[in-house]
Amino acid sequence: MGKFWAVFFMVFAVACVALCAVAPYCGWWFPGDGKAHSTLGQKIDDLFYLILVIVTVTFIGTQIAIGYVLWRGATHNPNEKALFSHGSHTLEVVWTIVPSGVLLFIALYQMDVWAHYRIKTYFPQKMEPVAEVTARQFEWRIRYPARGKKLMPTPQPDDIYTVNDIHVPTGHPVAISLRTEDVQHSFFVPMLRVKQDAVPGLVIPVWWEMTDTGTFEVTCAELCGWGHYKMKAQVVAQSEDDFEAWKTTTAAEQFYDGVPRSATEVAQRPQGE
Amino acid sequence: MSTLTPSIEHAGGHDDHGPGHHAEPHSLSLLMKLPTFSRDHKVIGLQFLITTLLMMMVGGALALGVRWQLAFPWQRMPIIGDTIFAAHGGQITPEMYTMLVTMHASVMIFLVIIPILAGAFGNFLIPLQIGADDMAFPTLNMLSYWFMLPAIVCFAFALGLAPEWLSGVGGMNAGNAQGWTSYPLLSALPEAAPGSQMAQTWWLIGLTLIGVSSMMGSVNYLTTIINMRAPGMTLFRMPLTIWSMFITAILQAFALPVLTAAGFMLLADRVMGTCFFIPSGIIVNNAAPTVGGGQPLLWQHLFWFYSHPAVYIMLLPAMGMVSDMLACMSRKPVFGYKPMVYSLAAIAGLGFIVWGHHMFTSGMNPALGMTFMVSTMMIALPSAIKTFNWIGTMWGGRLQFNAVMLNCIAFVSLFIIGGLSGIFMAAVPVDIYIHDTYFIVAHFHYVLFGATLFGVFGAIQFWFPKMFGRMMNDTLGQIHFVLTFIGFNCTFFPMHLLGVAGFPRRYADPYHFPYLEHLLPLNQFITGAAILMGVAQILLLYNFFSSMFIGKKCGRNPWNANGLEWTTPSPPGHGNFDIPPICYHGPYEYSSPLSKDKDYLPQTEYVPLEQRRAVQAKPH
Repeated sequence: MGKFWAVFFMVFAVACVALCAVAPYCGWWFPGDGKAHSTLGQKIDDLFYLILVIVTVTFIGTQIAIGYVLWRGATHNPNEKALFSHGSHTLEVVWTIVPSGVLLFIALYQMDVWAHYRIKTYFPQKMEPVAEVTARQFEWRIRYPARGKKLMPTPQPDDIYTVNDIHVPTGHPVAISLRTEDVQHSFFVPMLRVKQDAVPGLVIPVWWEMTDTGTFEVTCAELCGWGHYKMKAQVVAQSEDDFEAWKTTTAAEQFYDGVPRSATEVAQRPQGE
Repeated sequence: MSTLTPSIEHAGGHDDHGPGHHAEPHSLSLLMKLPTFSRDHKVIGLQFLITTLLMMMVGGALALGVRWQLAFPWQRMPIIGDTIFAAHGGQITPEMYTMLVTMHASVMIFLVIIPILAGAFGNFLIPLQIGADDMAFPTLNMLSYWFMLPAIVCFAFALGLAPEWLSGVGGMNAGNAQGWTSYPLLSALPEAAPGSQMAQTWWLIGLTLIGVSSMMGSVNYLTTIINMRAPGMTLFRMPLTIWSMFITAILQAFALPVLTAAGFMLLADRVMGTCFFIPSGIIVNNAAPTVGGGQPLLWQHLFWFYSHPAVYIMLLPAMGMVSDMLACMSRKPVFGYKPMVYSLAAIAGLGFIVWGHHMFTSGMNPALGMTFMVSTMMIALPSAIKTFNWIGTMWGGRLQFNAVMLNCIAFVSLFIIGGLSGIFMAAVPVDIYIHDTYFIVAHFHYVLFGATLFGVFGAIQFWFPKMFGRMMNDTLGQIHFVLTFIGFNCTFFPMHLLGVAGFPRRYADPYHFPYLEHLLPLNQFITGAAILMGVAQILLLYNFFSSMFIGKKCGRNPWNANGLEWTTPSPPGHGNFDIPPICYHGPYEYSSPLSKDKDYLPQTEYVPLEQRRAVQAKPH
């Protein structure tokens, strides 16, 4: 029976590795096309894969060790006493120093990515916030400055507003000012690998740089009440020109006061108004 | 009894004809005292054990509710749906879903894992293993159990189980739903959600009572272990179970006051109008703007300052017990006893300076993030050392593949997965992505269920003979193990993949996001596996309760183990030891050349000096 259990635990370990190996082909891997669509996101993915390699090697090594000791234990002569050993000083030293070296390497290796993502002195130069994103139960409200203006901390008369629709230009780093109107939320764009909590009372700058255009889903990653799952929004990444054009049309729609400005519009005016 | 070291024939269940037969207490003597205010540590341990096992079924049922919604969102729940959710066509509502998520975690953490380790096994084993007749403060010990019952009532109120006139909670849709972390402002402002009203207050009161219960336990354990060890039981002759309970008690004694204080601050914010955690000008659900001056992040710091050490409170005792069981079932000394002790201490020490890794995306000072990242990476080191030592313990052993051993192997194997997945989230940049996704859910279930609960399943079957003088059925135990192991891995391993796919936690309906649509079949598979795992626990309960009456009778030492607890009658009478024990060896002298006729050397067995010299001189 002992041999059966040794095999049982080995089959389990093989199944774990196999499942991870086939997962990308079954769609159980990074969302969308599997690539990060921001520059920092790509670094995060690289780091993820590096750790995955280290972890897989460790996992296979330790599981083989378990399989070996189980098999040896199962085939041990039942009339013979077990090995009488209280341990090995050399082994203890080896398996203290080797893992600590690996762990320290991982810890120091990743500091740069974190510093670039969060520490202001490492932020890209000349980066103006493109919009203010305000979370509330249960939607995202976005405020843009008027075309050619800078985002002010307080709302301005010519600001442009959208709901659940965040437009950003590509080609250079963009930042948003993240805040919340009520409880804590978290701004999560899975395909960009961007996540930041929106904390009541704080305005937190979040930046990223798009690698290509497209539409990317935004979710809320911090429990914010019964409608937590409903906080769906999108990041629309456009070329600089498209972004400016979008701003112009959105501003025109927003400030449209119902008074027609051209002959065509007069002609299209419904009767009875 | 004529001897304190029963021979193998005595131990194998044949001592019915032994001379001490009449001295053995009735096998159900502990069970019969269960409904009393007993001050006997063994009865209190059993009270904790049975209460927590029942609570485990409650917590499991809540989890199955969560799984139902994730596999079949907004569909009529079978069997109980029409009764509980009659007003909603048998569906789980989103309010209800967030309540299930919250209360599953709260019940499992505060009413199952913490009390089953420290409360049940800590109480039962500490005096027995150190050779004391009881705890240092028996009355305090009794109170530590009886403070847990009102906490259960408070949690039931928070769940919305009581009528509204009594608890002020309007049914389960208004049950506590702020997550077990209860982050303000969701938890601080009653207007924020239906569950933020009375239910949150009950939850906080329940939490405080649990804290009081744990605190009474921990001061008791510390005093008992320091002061009441048997002669010869030096610190480095203590079983690792005792070391782990000792270190756990230190963690509790230092971390709990912080949580209790934070709980009272939040309570004050809710009912007295203070603003410890509430900034100004916040408008929730059109209520009046808050006055403010507070900081929501303060709660997170205080909460995790307790709750991260609490993770180790939920793990270290299982580590200790597994070390004991592995040594016994491998018939070998623990590999590297002292490194095991030092790494326990290192985990506890580092455990106090890693709480910030729960807050990498919270907006705290990013320089703090780096500090916490390094300390978090370093805490993986003592865990790795322990793992290697467990494997070393089994190496070259004469392994006994019974249900106890299988659960312990599973503990080691699954703890490796839980530990390795932790490295991903210790890396701050990677954590940015996987924070609050199912990757985290997979990780902590591998540690808390895969490691701790499998260790507990082993421990229940290992020490059951000491509680009732009978063995649990090993075949049933093995079937329970296989079903649980398969169900567990099929449930939680795929959750890593869900997390990599960006599947967020605590979503009542994730599938309206196009990037998550294709994950529905995988979630249905997970739910199936979770049901299997849940059903398998009925086997454990059946085995546990039926073996009290029909289990094979056994003597004092059915496992041929070394610890002091195996020299007492099963179950031990009041005062535990019929002859005060004297300890001559460490607890793990299995297969020692000092003992000729058997492969174990009880801690109480004196080996004459000449014999020791003779063995030392002989190379082996």
